[in-house]
Order: sequence, then C-alpha cells, then structure tokens
Amino acid sequence: MRARGLVKRYGELIAVDHIDLNVRAGDVYGFLGPNGAGKTTTLRMALGLITPSEGTVELFGRDPMRRGAAALEGVAGFVEAPRFYPYLTARKNLELVAALDGGGARGRIDEALDAVELRPRAADRVGGYSHGMRQRLGIAAALLRRPRLLILDEPATGLDPAGMRDMRGLIRRLASEGITVLLSSHQLPEVQELCDRVAIVDSGRVVYEGALADLRRRGGASYRLRTTDDKRALALLASHAGVGDAAADEHGLLFKAHERDVGELSLALAGAGIGILALAPQLATLEDLFFRLTEGDGAVESTGGAAPLGASSGNGSVRGHDAPEVPVA
Amino acid sequence: MSSAAITAPHASTPARPQGRRPSTLTVYRWELRKLVSQKRTYLGLALIVILPVFFVIFQNVHQRHDRGAESIFASQITHSGLATPVLMLTFLSLFMLPLVSSLVAGDIVANEDGNGTLKTILTRSVDRGQVLAAKVLAAFTYAVLAVFLSAAVGTIAGVISWGFHPVTSLSGTVVQPAEALELIFASNALYLIPLLAVASIGVLLSVVTRNSAAAVVATIGSVILVDIIASIPGLEGARPYLLTQQFEAWQGLLRTPTDWAPITHSAWLCALYALPALLAAYLVFLRRDVAGG
Repeated sequence: MRARGLVKRYGELIAVDHIDLNVRAGDVYGFLGPNGAGKTTTLRMALGLITPSEGTVELFGRDPMRRGAAALEGVAGFVEAPRFYPYLTARKNLELVAALDGGGARGRIDEALDAVELRPRAADRVGGYSHGMRQRLGIAAALLRRPRLLILDEPATGLDPAGMRDMRGLIRRLASEGITVLLSSHQLPEVQELCDRVAIVDSGRVVYEGALADLRRRGGASYRLRTTDDKRALALLASHAGVGDAAADEHGLLFKAHERDVGELSLALAGAGIGILALAPQLATLEDLFFRLTEGDGAVESTGGAAPLGASSGNGSVRGHDAPEVPVA
Repeated sequence: MSSAAITAPHASTPARPQGRRPSTLTVYRWELRKLVSQKRTYLGLALIVILPVFFVIFQNVHQRHDRGAESIFASQITHSGLATPVLMLTFLSLFMLPLVSSLVAGDIVANEDGNGTLKTILTRSVDRGQVLAAKVLAAFTYAVLAVFLSAAVGTIAGVISWGFHPVTSLSGTVVQPAEALELIFASNALYLIPLLAVASIGVLLSVVTRNSAAAVVATIGSVILVDIIASIPGLEGARPYLLTQQFEAWQGLLRTPTDWAPITHSAWLCALYALPALLAAYLVFLRRDVAGG
C-alpha cells in the first residue's frame, strides 16, 4: 500500500494532512496516533470508503477510487469495529460476505471460524455476540478473502487479556504466512511486539515513518553503566565530551551518548582505573517515543547525536509539524 | 483462538487468479435474504394482509347490500367476491401500499449506513453500482410482493365470502369471472408503475438522508404532500402531472373498451419521476463517503 500526499478535509477541518505511507510486502506495519489523529480516516481512504480531498492511495498499484472493488483484490480487513447483520447468524453473515467475494470464499467458512474459535457459536445470531466475538468474526470475515494485505483497525479493542494475547498470536501467525499486516492500534506494547515498521501520526500528519528498531535506537541513545567506583565514574562522565544527561540512580549510572563516544568513554574509564562491571544500551520503549512525538517537544534523537525532532538517521524519517520530511541517512 | 492454520498466499507471490466476481444477481439474492430475515419486512406485509381480511369480515357482519351511491364495485360487494380485490386496490393504492413500499425503500440503504454494514459489503468484491442495483431490485420486489399479496388475499377472502361470480365493469358491461380475474391481475400490475416510482424516490431519499426514519417519513410525506397539492383549487392544470394522480390509472383497464390514455400517460410520467430519482441515487451513492456505524 502506498499513499502519497493524502488529504481529507471536512469543511475547515483537515482530518488528514498530506500523509505519505509505504507499507511494503511482508511488513507488519503499525499505524499509531492519538484519538482524532486521522488514522481511521486514512484507513477508510485506503479501502475506498471515502474519497481523498487530495492525494492518492494505491493497493498493489491499484487506486481504489478509480478501480472500485477490483482494487481491493487481495486486500481485506475492517475499519473501526467490524460490523455484521445482528439478525443473521455468524455463519449466515460469513456466507453473505463470501458470496460478495466470489471465488471459493464460501468453502473457507469453517476454516475461518475455526481460526477464531467461533465455530461452536456459528449458529448464534450476531446480535447476541460480545464485542470480542465480533472482533474475532471480523478477522474471520477478512480471512475468507485470503488476503495478501490485511488492514486491521484496533483489532484488540474490547478484548480481555486472553483475547488480546490470542489476537496477537493470530496476527503473528498470519504475518509468518506471508500476509502483510497494516495494524492501527492504541496498544503500544502490542505494536512494539508485532510490528517491524511504524507510522506515527499526530493532528493528521505523519511525524515518523520507518523501522521501529530505528526509531527506538534513536529515541533511546542512552546507556546504563555500573562500575567499581560510580562516584568517580559520574564525575568523569560529566566532563567527557559527547556525553550528556549523566545521572546516578539505585541501579548505577545512566547517560546519553553517541555510539562512537561510548568506546572512547570506556577507554577513559579504564585509564582512570575505574573497572566497568556493566555497560549496556537502553532502548526507549515505543510508549516513550510515542508520547515524545505526539505530546512532547519532539525530542527524538538521531542515533548519531542529540539532534531534535526534524533531524534523523537510519532508515526512518521524523517529520516536524511544519517541516517537510527529513530523510534519514 | 486456535493455532489451526488458515493457508495464506505468500505476499511475495504474484497475484493469484481470482474467481469470477459476484454478479448483481448474487447481491440481489442476498438483499432478499436480508429482507426475509427482518421482522420489519413482515410488519408491512401483515398490514397488507390484515386489511382485506378485516374488510371482508366487517362487510359480512354488517351485511350492507345497498352501497350503490359509493362506487360500482362497492355496490357489487355481496354479489361477487371478485369486487373485493378491486375495492381493496382502490383503497390501499392511495396511502397504504405507498407506505408499506416506503418502509423498505426508505430503509434499504440508510439502515445499512447507520449500522455500519455498508462498510462491510463495500469492502468485498462487488462494486457500489452492483450494491445499489441489488437494493433497488429488492425494494421493487417487496413492492410487487405487497401489491400481489394484497390482491391475492382480497380475492380469496372475497370469493370465499361471496362467490366466484361475474362483475360489472366501470362501463356497465358484465365481465365473466375468469376474465375478471385476469383484469384484477393486470390492474395490480399497472398500479405497480406509480408505486415503483414512489419506491425509487424512497431509495433516493434513503441514499441522501442516511437516516431510515427520515427517508421513510420523507417518502410517504411527499406522497401526502402531492396529494394535498392535487386537491388545491386552481391547480387543476398540474394534476395530470402529479405522481399521486397516477395511482388510479389502472382503472382504465376496467372500462370497455380499455381506456389506454391514462395508462400510457401514467407510464411515461412515472418514468420521468423514477429514472431521475434512480440516476441521482446512483450518482450520490457512487461518490459518497461511507463512514457511518
């Protein structure tokens, strides 16, 4: 899926503001952002449900606004909660969507029901289903299409912890079978666990798109140090060029530094007769980075230094609210 | 969820050949199944069934024979059961059948939009045009069913009560029972012309308003409004062009010889109401944002 300059305006309100996305084959792609950031609107445009005010979306090179249903071949999923006919049973609902898919979708109904463990309840009307059961039925309906791209909008919302675990397991398994997954989620640990690439949107604009590992590396250029003499080591850190925010806590010392400076620092510590017991990089959690990008001052740093939001490195790109994309080196 | 494997094609494989895309007929069949599964569908049909039965029972209880002052068919109620369906069509055609048709036509798109199921079907392998065409056909089917159900119940109830005897036409000629039965069928078929125009307007309002209640009320409200306009003194010149005036065009069949003028007039005039309504519904539906539910 590729989006270029995607804009959606509702009168004066700009819900989506020139969003670019690149979901590559095989990605488990996390799509993150606070409520009202424009995630769902973007997904609706991707599925051809709403028309972009500007820009284009392509699914396997096909524009859903121009090609209609033909553009959705190989694509399945749901936006917001999956919706079904409450007066029909789960099986009838799946028969309906399978009929609208054509091909051999009808023959995969039992398989799909088994995958989401709803076969024993398939004869029940969906009106009596819990939210979690409807979410699972939504996945089953998506699987009937044998998708190559699965678009899931908050699939774990409303699930109990076991349901969330099972949903993660299912997504992981589908990804392992080669399905590209575009996962919009508020569950940051879920995204951190499942996704390899992410886009973070805020106020309708992408503030980061790229590899999750790269983002974490950049946001987490800090190190944990334990030495034979933390007091002297702290003094040395404070005076060493390229090291910042050095502090002590009950677990030892914490500081920020360029990777290349850490080598020099370890030599300096040894030269001062301070033994290094442990020195390990501390990666920021996705949650930390998410809040920094969407609420804070944008202080996500490049791997190579303490550059603020707008500078970047690695494979991803961090974009300021008023600045064009800054490609990562 | 289990670890039961659903085989998924590998993402890097080229697009596999797809099965044939579903036909509009398939979508239409499912629209009918949805209608059959909803209680609302039976509510309208129940009204259509109850009214002729109630009418016949009431006539039997009161045994009123002298109704010559009302209409030629009212005066024949107890002489032939075949007068009953004609009378029922006269009564139901003005309000009840348009109302029952509007219940489905006004609801058929708006309901799915409000419940979010429109998103579900529009993200499958059918085009928007197919979905709308199937919904229009389903709304028309319901209207056809309502009209002929009403005619069948009226005929059966009338014949059981008063027998299968000749009736006198609007021109005063005697029509034998078998021919009368054909005329009853044809009259109901002709009545469908303006009724389907009403259903078309209902579908348009359903697409535009995205609100079932608003669409149903607006459809039947427009029928009432036009009927009121038709009764305003000084607007006689406009009457032949008002949709509600076409509800009685079928009576041309009950004259000897058949009076085709009102029938042909009704046919082209109703097309002028229905076709633009359907075209507008199609254009709006094709371009509209679907974000409901």
